[in-house]
Amino acid sequence: MKVRLLFRDRDLDFALDPPPGSQALVEDLGLDVLFRAMAGGDRFLAEVARKVVLTSLDDPAEIAYRQGILDDCLAHPAMVRELYAIAVDAIARQRSVWLWSTQFADSLLNRSVDILGLLLVSMRRVRAIAETSGPRMRSPGLRRLFEELDAELDDAFLESVDTHLRLLRRHDEVILTAALGPGTRGGDYVLRRRVRPRSWLERLRLREPDTYTYEIAPRDDAGARMLGDIRKRGLALAADATAQSSDHVVSFFTQLRTELAFYVGCLNLRDELAQLGTVISRPEALPAADRSLTAHGLSDVALSLALRGPAVTNEVASLVMGLLVITGANRGGKSTFLRSLGLAQVMMQSGMFVGATAFRAPVRHGIFTHFRREEDQGLTSGKLDEELGRMRWIVDHASPRSLVLLNESFASTNEREGSEIGRQVITALLDAGVTVVLVTHLYELAHGFYADARADARFLRAERLPDGRRTFRVVDGEPLPTSHGHDLYERIFGAAGPADTD
Amino acid sequence: MGIRDTVVGAETVQPGTQPHQAPFQSILSPGGLSDERRADPDYFRDLHLDEIVRAITAGRDQYDLVPFFRERATDVETVRYRQEVFRDLERPGVLAAIEMFAAGMREVRAQHALAAKAYYTFERQSWVIAAASTWCRTARRLRAGLVAERLEARGLVDLRDYLDAYAASPAFTELASDVQRVEEAIAGVRYRLRLETGKLTVSRAVEEPDFGAELLATFERFKQGDGRKYTFEFSVSPQLNHVEAAIAERVARLFPLVFASLDDFCAAHAGFADPVILQFDREIQFYLAYLEHIERLRRGGLAFSLPEVTESAGVFAATGLFDLALASHLTRDETSIVLNDIAVEEPERIVVITGPNQGGKTTFARAIGQMHHLAALGCPVPGTDVRIGLVDGIHTLFERQENVEDLASKLEDDLRRMRAILGQLTARSLVIMNETFSSTTVGDQAFINRQVLAAINAVGAWCVTVTFLDELAALGASTLSMVSTVDPANPARRTFRIVRRDADGLAYAMAVAQKHGLTYKQVRAEIGA
Repeated sequence: MKVRLLFRDRDLDFALDPPPGSQALVEDLGLDVLFRAMAGGDRFLAEVARKVVLTSLDDPAEIAYRQGILDDCLAHPAMVRELYAIAVDAIARQRSVWLWSTQFADSLLNRSVDILGLLLVSMRRVRAIAETSGPRMRSPGLRRLFEELDAELDDAFLESVDTHLRLLRRHDEVILTAALGPGTRGGDYVLRRRVRPRSWLERLRLREPDTYTYEIAPRDDAGARMLGDIRKRGLALAADATAQSSDHVVSFFTQLRTELAFYVGCLNLRDELAQLGTVISRPEALPAADRSLTAHGLSDVALSLALRGPAVTNEVASLVMGLLVITGANRGGKSTFLRSLGLAQVMMQSGMFVGATAFRAPVRHGIFTHFRREEDQGLTSGKLDEELGRMRWIVDHASPRSLVLLNESFASTNEREGSEIGRQVITALLDAGVTVVLVTHLYELAHGFYADARADARFLRAERLPDGRRTFRVVDGEPLPTSHGHDLYERIFGAAGPADTD
Repeated sequence: MGIRDTVVGAETVQPGTQPHQAPFQSILSPGGLSDERRADPDYFRDLHLDEIVRAITAGRDQYDLVPFFRERATDVETVRYRQEVFRDLERPGVLAAIEMFAAGMREVRAQHALAAKAYYTFERQSWVIAAASTWCRTARRLRAGLVAERLEARGLVDLRDYLDAYAASPAFTELASDVQRVEEAIAGVRYRLRLETGKLTVSRAVEEPDFGAELLATFERFKQGDGRKYTFEFSVSPQLNHVEAAIAERVARLFPLVFASLDDFCAAHAGFADPVILQFDREIQFYLAYLEHIERLRRGGLAFSLPEVTESAGVFAATGLFDLALASHLTRDETSIVLNDIAVEEPERIVVITGPNQGGKTTFARAIGQMHHLAALGCPVPGTDVRIGLVDGIHTLFERQENVEDLASKLEDDLRRMRAILGQLTARSLVIMNETFSSTTVGDQAFINRQVLAAINAVGAWCVTVTFLDELAALGASTLSMVSTVDPANPARRTFRIVRRDADGLAYAMAVAQKHGLTYKQVRAEIGA
């Protein structure tokens, strides 16, 4: 029985680390807030969320597979949480059984039998859920899992487990078959199970013909020990088999817990966002070759969570683009918009819902961010080095069909120099087929692309109403020479000028 | 050569009735070996050959190899016979086949020993059949291993032919098929044990399911990946305990025919091992032990080679020779050893080695002696481009280190020993003397040595003498002078190189004295003028 809730054809490898550069992505897009919301206080959920979300899928079919399962989970949250709880409980039960060491066959056997006994209860509970909820599932992933659980954990199976465990708990007799080993010592021991004869014919067939007994003399302690040794040898195989079996059952529940954890995290996030009034929907993942992007009601989910309220939404009419340039007023919502795009992309590529009423975008082979770091306020050349170093890392790891999000990049030097460097880097990326979204106040850089009239370039501006107010939205618009810093100036100094300081 | 138990130890495997009619007899000599020497030759101790042989044979006590290393071959044919075997053993395939054979034979002996120690009849018989089975397998494998290789040594080719004949012989084929039959019968025994507290019941196996397999099959469906297997350690004594014996005895009652066949087998094949092969097992260890011993030195960079051996003594040349005993010590300490060359040209027969104390002269003389013995054993010797003759005797007269109070009686002993040696010398003998007759004045010593050397010269024997008496080095056309050298820049430092050169006299002693400020002039300058 395979869990396969995150991938159709394989299990999640929990031991794998997220890809290099994930930390930058987490910082720049504010993913920690997202993971915390998914965790709902459970550290394990946070870890799973982190691993799954940061290891993006880049196949629309794989994304659709998860989205189907997620739909079912969103429709039946109680069932999902219960199933998750059963898995967690099963693992806790297994841990509760003490084992001193795996050295001794009989103690290992007893401990494994105990674990299996405890897990039998978990198996029954899982089977109950599969039975009742199975038919209500629509996704291929959950349908398949529940069908399998239903089929494999049927009554006959559960009965036989019960019987086996009862037999293993008996200590009165042990039946072995053996062969003659070197020196006629016994070897090749196989533990046997006594069969209850069902017919008189069978009883005849199974009748032990000639038997010879040997009794250990009352004071023969050594003899009793030797008999015990033979018994242990015979039990060794059974101990191995039972211990392996209990390992298998535990590993199943462990895998189930891990993969379900992602969906439980999604449920937690949905509940939080719903409370905050943030709209979510199922995105559509297009093939990587597609160059269009559509977003309605797109909001920065991380910001919502941080501000504990709904964030501003944006519209991006379906545009076909390689380069998207966003300019405009300071604090005009450019960064927020950029982040919301990045977040939506990452969330979509992990199979989750996104913070939008509609979102359609191609899958990206690699999502990279290059944001101005808060501490890089100075304009010393050391900062430029650091910034360009990071850019170089991205160039080393990006491939055609990657997505690169640049937020005020190349600003740690003067506008002329920064624009020239930026122009070269971005043009190279674009020509290689990388999609670039650029937020910048470097007029020369933005205008340069505008003047080029590149077919694949689109331009948005942070909206500024005629009276100077900002809506924190972005709209179509060519880059303008000023960033409306003079709005700020006027606000602080008044319309008259610096002389009037009252 | 008669039928003997050729393996010494607690238990010997009984040989079978007849060795087979084939040319092969011994891997150590084409005509078979004569009786073995039970004591070290006189010269062993002086030349440190006792130490060398002990080191070579260490860890192989069960084969009793020391006698093989004591006896020099007397004819070139035997030497070449052995050298050929050494050469073939350089090939990894041949060596591997033989080492596998040796391991198999050790197992046969081990199983045989267990049979002897067994208390219960069926236990003993079971080990006998195991030993016989291992024997058949080992003999077959050796034959197959040798057939697969290209062999050049006459000894190994003859052995291979012998094995071919043996494998086809009725005795062996009967043994092998009996072994197989009995083993199959035993393998077919499966019995059922019911264990309760303080009681067990033995019966034939009936159709009952394999519980372990059932458990695994039941829980297979939960498997996510490869799990681990659980294994346990059980400490076991080689002999059956009384409970195990009680079980076996009851199994015997259930399978009387199988156990009867064990009886029959042991009666029919009391001694199953072929004596020639048994002897080969022992004798081939001569080669394996030696090769293993020199392998360590080879890995340290020292060269060994098979010398060109001739009947005439007095032919002697070698490049890069060294004292084998010293080399083993130094290799352990990871110090390098100095190599020397020697080339004796007609009419030279007496090598006089002089030079400063502790200069390596005695070591060099020993190395020469060792080489003559080892070459005559047929072994690879230290050095390369070695040409050496077979001598009819090696005689040594070394300064004994004993704390002798009475110098006069010591001189008398030395003289008596020398006289005995002279009595035995022929033109094909080798005499090695080291600082002899030193327990008298220099004048007397020089006189005695001159007389002795003259006598040796008259016989025409070949001699190596280490002495501080420089004048002996220039006795005549038959002397070859070799000198141990010092570093010219630092006369106190010896190089341990011995080279062909005229004796230098007291030059060294003076140089050393000067270095320490102990010449006459220096001392006078120091203590009052």
